[in-house]
Amino acid sequence: MKYLANVTTLQYSLDKCTGCGRCVEVCPQRVFEMRDKRAAITDRDLCMECGACALNCEFGAITVNAGVGCAAAIINSMVTGGPPTCGCGDTSVGCCG
Amino acid sequence: MQTMQTLKFVKKEAPAWTTGTVATPAGPLYRVSTEWTRDDYRGMIKSRLGAFRMNYTVAPGLYAAGDPTKDSDVFVTANYKLTFDILRRALKGMSAWILVLDTKSINVWCAAGKGTFGTEELIKRIADVKLDAVVGHRRIILPQLGAVGVNAGEVRKKTGFRVSFGPVQARDIPAYVQAGYKKTEEMSTIRFSMLDRLVLTPMEINPAMKKFPWVAGGILVIFGLQPQGLLFQPAWSNGLPFLVLALLAVLAGAFVTPVLLPYVPFRSFAIKGWIVGVLSVFAATRFVDPLNVQDTFLLAASYLLFPALSSYIALQFTGSTTFTGMSGVKKELTIGIPLYFGAAGISAVLMILFKLKEWRIV
Repeated sequence: MKYLANVTTLQYSLDKCTGCGRCVEVCPQRVFEMRDKRAAITDRDLCMECGACALNCEFGAITVNAGVGCAAAIINSMVTGGPPTCGCGDTSVGCCG
Repeated sequence: MQTMQTLKFVKKEAPAWTTGTVATPAGPLYRVSTEWTRDDYRGMIKSRLGAFRMNYTVAPGLYAAGDPTKDSDVFVTANYKLTFDILRRALKGMSAWILVLDTKSINVWCAAGKGTFGTEELIKRIADVKLDAVVGHRRIILPQLGAVGVNAGEVRKKTGFRVSFGPVQARDIPAYVQAGYKKTEEMSTIRFSMLDRLVLTPMEINPAMKKFPWVAGGILVIFGLQPQGLLFQPAWSNGLPFLVLALLAVLAGAFVTPVLLPYVPFRSFAIKGWIVGVLSVFAATRFVDPLNVQDTFLLAASYLLFPALSSYIALQFTGSTTFTGMSGVKKELTIGIPLYFGAAGISAVLMILFKLKEWRIV
């Protein structure tokens, strides 16, 4: 399943990549794969902006405006003006479930 | 003296899911059972239904599974008991250490998003449990989704422990270890099956239903309001079909859309919910005789209001999915919210027109 096209804030610069493979290891959506010993983006529209890749890239090759893709949290932030945070409980699969 | 202490420690507050203790250089630790009891199953069902999810918890710290040694793997997890239970069950037949972080009884992914399953907490917890004294190696295995909150480079710098992000699902741990700590693509991709979606629907339906008495009250008042006062008969006979349609709208958005998610056209959740909403209004008013709304104003209001409600509720499911991002949801809301207000406004005007006609004012 894919979400809306052309909305992700994911940015990747190949020249900073050292080919450590950490982004491939952490991405739950297979946005990255190794090609010629460097990371390459497979399909940007698969990105859910969780931010795991950017946080774990030690070479600053990846940036993304990470946050929760949760309507309730975003509506809340629109009302209060704060950042969207999940007031959520838990599930083994998703977030606010 | 050591045994006395151990005994006292066990007697005092050993949780039901432990099977004794193991001695370590950092003191005695509980050994966990890798089986689920009836209480564990009951807890899982209750937490899925939302009854006590906020305090379904285990104490943070280090635990043993099987008979771990200085060379055994360390698996890190959250202190939401359901998460912990799934991990200990997955470690059946293995010997390993389990490091439980204080995530305020929230699952790994959600806690990582909030930062409680995070770099700082992991660094602190490694020091607290004296992990460097318990194991001889310097490797820890985190659930892959924990990467949202944990900076592996930082943890290595501060503690010397090298973080490996293991499979997304705990059930893949034995295969991951057997393959020499290698993940298949399957193991590192988050799935979202129909069953996964189905178990999430109670948490979509419950919050929506909490507001339902207000909606129901509003509908009955609108239909019951007559020039002579608030009458029961018209409230019931005209209001009931509307109440049922409102209930169907909630189910369309909170149950049908999530379960049939990939089969409903378009990527936008708002559009998916709207489509299911329109179909349910159509099916109910056309094929269920008591719901046959005759009045044109009311029928128009039904088609405007209820699909918009389904659409809004379906949009809430973005919080539970495994593939929606913040930018996309923002885009949906920016376009959707004015449309929802528009639909609600026009429906209100139509209802007023209906009332005026009913009262023979126009």
